[in-house]
Amino acid sequence: MKILVCISNVPDTTTKIKLAEGNSTIDTAGIQWVINPWDELSLTRALELRDDAASGIKSVTVAHVGPASSEPVIRKALAIGADEAIRVNANSPDAYYVAAQLAEVIKKEQFDIILCGIESSDYNGSLVGGMISEFLGIPSASGVSGIKIENGTAVVTRDIDGGKEILEMPVPFVAVVQKGIAKEPKIAAMRGIMLARTKQIKVYEPSAVEPLTNISVLEKPAPRSACRFIDAENPGQLIDLLRNEAKVI
Amino acid sequence: MSVLVYTENWDGKFKKLTLELVSYAAAVAKMTGSSVTALSIGKVDESELRKLGNYGAQKILSADADQLSVFDSQAYAAIISEAAIKQGAKIIVISNNNTGKAVAPRLSVRLKAGVGSGVSKLPLDINPFTVYKRTYSGNVFAHVVIKSDIKILTLAQNSFDPAETPNNAAIEKFDVHSEILPGKTKRRDIQKQSGKILLTDADIVVSGGRGMKSPDNWAPLVELASALGGATACSRPVSDEGWRPNEEHTGQTGKIIAPNVYIAVGISGATQHLAGISSSKYIVAINTDKDAPIFEAAQYGIVGDAMKVLPKLVAAVKELKK
Ligand SMILES: Cc1cc2nc3c(=O)[nH]c(=O)nc-3n(C[C@H](O)[C@H](O)[C@H](O)COP(=O)(O)OP(=O)(O)OC[C@H]3O[C@@H](n4cnc5c(N)ncnc54)[C@H](O)[C@@H]3O)c2cc1C
Repeated sequence: MKILVCISNVPDTTTKIKLAEGNSTIDTAGIQWVINPWDELSLTRALELRDDAASGIKSVTVAHVGPASSEPVIRKALAIGADEAIRVNANSPDAYYVAAQLAEVIKKEQFDIILCGIESSDYNGSLVGGMISEFLGIPSASGVSGIKIENGTAVVTRDIDGGKEILEMPVPFVAVVQKGIAKEPKIAAMRGIMLARTKQIKVYEPSAVEPLTNISVLEKPAPRSACRFIDAENPGQLIDLLRNEAKVI
Repeated sequence: MSVLVYTENWDGKFKKLTLELVSYAAAVAKMTGSSVTALSIGKVDESELRKLGNYGAQKILSADADQLSVFDSQAYAAIISEAAIKQGAKIIVISNNNTGKAVAPRLSVRLKAGVGSGVSKLPLDINPFTVYKRTYSGNVFAHVVIKSDIKILTLAQNSFDPAETPNNAAIEKFDVHSEILPGKTKRRDIQKQSGKILLTDADIVVSGGRGMKSPDNWAPLVELASALGGATACSRPVSDEGWRPNEEHTGQTGKIIAPNVYIAVGISGATQHLAGISSSKYIVAINTDKDAPIFEAAQYGIVGDAMKVLPKLVAAVKELKK
């Protein structure tokens, strides 16, 4: 079986985002680009499965929709241990466009398990994984916090309100993953970094797809009012303020 | 621009979240001069369905085939899209919860409908149709123009107040064709806790970080949460260490919540933590370090030791509730 991990590149999660060009975009100067945290965890889990001979997973491929300038993030995924990498040579105007491109790649290359993160930390859309499954007409599980292969069957743990569901998924399927899928992201070892340099990134040109949305303006959230400090010796005053001033308890 | 709202149920009952959705849909319909149809999937009795009318639904469709009691995103998306087409709905409103996140992207592809995901306000404009959306984990907000004929809005929980006005809406049965009934996924097991307030539903949340020092110190924090009728949460290292269960983890890589008040105890306020809680209406911080970044996000703060402050807060709440 083959796994595909869809990866997005996002600003490092500690970045203080600044706006640029009349607030139509973010200022990319000095930004460190990283693999979206969820995708990094998906990749980690996919590699754990591949490295377990009993799983029947033979290879892990990563796919990314982005211009050549985003290749360092793909190289990083290869350095961590992905076997193959695909890049669709296009910007990503919206989730629909990205999902449509990835679905085309999946049709050509055929994967059994497709992993996507619950959201990318830039657009926070929670859309791409579900859209891919609908483009392909295949089952999906969202909110996936665990995945294992038992005698050739994919067993997925899905978080639901107040609990968990254990599902047996027929391949091919899309799993949209969240917390729990892997503990710590796998880190690239020196050998992996050397190997990644020589691996080829397969580049596809995009298919013609019309995005359905566009961002017109960005803005910073309104600053919150300053903190009012309450004496640690008299914390009961806090309860009083929450009841009578904020009116929230 | 008729509006269709998908009203999820939990064991046949609606929750505050459902009423928020219907009220939101009614406000959107008002902006566009149209009306709201609510779609319920699964078994819900008539008196419960009627409630939807009181929050602004003019018509209520009920798809209640037995097989639909098990959630299946493919089947649910097929039913919602069929209802949208039949009703001529141009706007579809769904929650941005687990179910909405599974269904909305599928609907988008079926109907070629752009999604405004995780919206927390009414649309900014109708022409062009523009919504206000959280991006960069709450560090930036975007005005997103939805260009497609049909638009899907997924509403963030706790971001819109339900508004009740008595109204008698018509209830109609919605027939589901057998070919769209649940497919090949097999449910092996389901484990559910009942009686606990869900973190995502809670109006009041008390959350502990590494400053709580040890899992053995949680009793006064849990007591404060229960005295306030709220839920408990935690920072990532706390759940990673196994001090608290995974489902309590809030932040960028955990749950994103918007309670009326979030009380952060022994939490430093890292950007990734704030990403999950910055939409809270009030943030309260209790921390020994007066320079901790959490105080920049908080409206109320106590510089002090959690172990000393928490018992006093519990006592003050108990006094108040007497
Ligand atoms: C990709 C990525 C994603 C992440 N996602 C998340 C996420 O989703 N959620 C999240 O929480 N973190 C996340 N993190 C981790 C984040 O960067 C911080 O490390 C984490 O939030 C810190 O947790 P904390 O505040 O509990 O601990 P600390 O930062 O160690 O803070 C402990 C605080 O407790 C205070 N304290 C100590 N003793 C006491 C006492 N007796 N009484 C009161 N206060 C006391 C200290 O002054 C300090 O401010 C992420 C990190 C990365 C890289």
